[in-house]
Amino acid sequence: MSTVAVPARRERRGVVSAVWAFVKRHVLTVYSILFFAYLLLPIAVVVVFSFNNPPGKFNYTWNQFTWDNWRYWDGVPGIRSSIVLSLQIALLASVVATALGTAIALALVRYRFRGRASTNILIFLPLSAPEIVLGASLLTLFLHLSFVTFGFTTILIAHIMFCISFAVVTVKARLVGFDRHLEEAAMDLGANEWTTFTKVTLPLIAPAILAALLLCFAISIDDFVVTYFNSGSSVTFPLFVWGAARIGAPPQVNVIGTAIFVIALTAMLINVLIQMRRSKGAT
Amino acid sequence: MSLFHRHRGFTPYLLLLPGIAFLALFFVVPLGFLGYQSLESGNIDFGFAFTWAWSNYWHAIHDYRAQFIRSLEYAGIATALALVLSYPVAYWIAFRGGRWKNLLLLFIVAPFFVTYLIRTLAWETILSDNGFVVNTLQTLHILGPSGRLLATSTAVVAGITYNFLPFMALPLYVSLEQIDGRLIEAAEDLYASKLHAFLRVTLPLSLPGIVAGTLLTFIPAAGDFINAQLLGSTNNHMIGNVIQSKFLESNEYPEAAAMSFILMAGILVAVFLYARLVGTEQLTGTAA
Repeated sequence: MSTVAVPARRERRGVVSAVWAFVKRHVLTVYSILFFAYLLLPIAVVVVFSFNNPPGKFNYTWNQFTWDNWRYWDGVPGIRSSIVLSLQIALLASVVATALGTAIALALVRYRFRGRASTNILIFLPLSAPEIVLGASLLTLFLHLSFVTFGFTTILIAHIMFCISFAVVTVKARLVGFDRHLEEAAMDLGANEWTTFTKVTLPLIAPAILAALLLCFAISIDDFVVTYFNSGSSVTFPLFVWGAARIGAPPQVNVIGTAIFVIALTAMLINVLIQMRRSKGAT
Repeated sequence: MSLFHRHRGFTPYLLLLPGIAFLALFFVVPLGFLGYQSLESGNIDFGFAFTWAWSNYWHAIHDYRAQFIRSLEYAGIATALALVLSYPVAYWIAFRGGRWKNLLLLFIVAPFFVTYLIRTLAWETILSDNGFVVNTLQTLHILGPSGRLLATSTAVVAGITYNFLPFMALPLYVSLEQIDGRLIEAAEDLYASKLHAFLRVTLPLSLPGIVAGTLLTFIPAAGDFINAQLLGSTNNHMIGNVIQSKFLESNEYPEAAAMSFILMAGILVAVFLYARLVGTEQLTGTAA
C-alpha cells in the first residue's frame, strides 16, 4: 500500500511545486514592473505638468503644452532667491558636515578610546529621532537665546546638525574595509604621518568623502521640516513650494523639481554604469 | 598600527572634538531646552516662566488624544503596507536582479530625487477630484458620484506609504541580498515545498532587514505632517500638524514642547513593544 501511495504523493508534490515555481517566476516579475510603475508615476506627473499651461491657478488638470514654464523658470516672484538660498545652505552645510563627520569616522574606526560606545550612540540618535522633534528642539534653543535672529545662520546650523551623522555613517562604511598595510608601507618608506595621511589615506577614502558630500547636499536641499521650524522669514526652495501650495503651486515648481531630479539621476546613473562596467570587467 | 602612534591617547579626542561639540550644542542641549520649555507656563504676549507645569502634558494628552492615536495608527498601517508592497520587489531584485541590481535599486530610490513636497503635490494632482484615478473609480462604481480621495484618511496613508517606501525597500534588499542561495537550495532539498523553504529559511534570515525597514519607516511616518496637510483634511490631522501649528502659528510653545516629548515617548514605547514582539517570535521560530 505504501508503495502505491508514495509515488502519487511525489507526483502531486511535483505538480504543486512546478505551478508554484511558474507563479513565482512570472508573477513576481509582473508585480515588480507594476511596483516600479507606481514608484515612478508621481515623478512622471511632475515632469509632464512642468510643460502644462494651467487653465487656472491650480496646476491639476492638463490643458496645453508649453515651453514657457521652462523658458521663464524664474518668472514667479521669490523662486529664484529661494533656489539661491537652498544652494548656498546645501553647499556650506555639506562641506562642514562632511569635514566634521570624516574626522569622527576616522576616530571611531582607528582608535579605541573611552567614550567610543557613547559616541556611537550620539551619532545614531539624530538619525532615529523624528525630524519634527529635531526641528522643535532646535527652535526652543534659539528662542531662549535672545541674541539669535532666525535666518541663514539658524538654517545652516540645523542642516549641519542633521547631516553630520549621515556623513559619519557613509565614511565609516568605507574606512572599515580599508587596508592599513598601505599606510604602514608608506611609513616604512620614510613618509611621516602627515604625508602618509595626505598622500595615502585621503586619496583612498576620497570616494567615501565625495559620497558623503553628495548625500549631505541632497538631504540638505530637500529638507523641509527642520528648516520650517528654524527659518524665520528666510525662504528656501522647499519652503517656497510649501507657501505656493496653499494658493496653488505654479508650474515653475515642477520645472525646478524636474531639473533637480534629472541632475541627481544623471549623477547616480553615471555612478551605476561605472560600477556595472567594472563588475562586468571583473567577471 | 603605528599611524599617529605618538599621540595615541590624544588624537582621537582631537578628531572627535569639533563634530561632537557641534552635536552636543545643537542636538543634545536643544533637547534639554525642549524639556525645559515643556514645563513652562505663560503665553507669548506676557512671556513664559518655568513653573514645573506638568499640566501641559495632561492637557496635551487630554485635548489631542485623537491625533496621537491617529499618528501611531496611520504610521503603523503605512509601515505594514510598505513592508507588504516592497518585500516581493526587494526579493526579486536580490535573487533575480543579476547584474542589473544596481540599476533596479536606482529605480527604488528615484522618488528621493524629487523634492519631498513636490512628490506629495504630485499625489495631490493624481488623486484630485477630476483626476483619472477618481474618474476611473467612479465609473467602476467603487466610488460614489460625489466620492473623493483627497481629504480622506486613505489618501494620507497612501501618501505616507509612498513617501517612505525606499526606507523599507532598501534594508529589505540588503538583508535578502546577503542570504546564501545554497541555504535555500539545501532547504528545498530537505523541506516539502518552496513555500516552506521561504517561510522557514528566507523569511527568518531577512528578519534584520524587516526590523530595520520597519523602524526606518515608522519613526519618520509617526512624526510626519506634510501628507496630512496636503492630502488630508483637518479630520486627518496627525500630532505633527498640531505641534507644527502650536509652535509656528499660535505660539503655544510649552504645550507644543510637551507634545513633542509625548510623541517621542510614544514612538519609543511602540518600538520597544515591537522589539519584544519580534524578539519572542524569533525565539519561537528557532525553537520550533
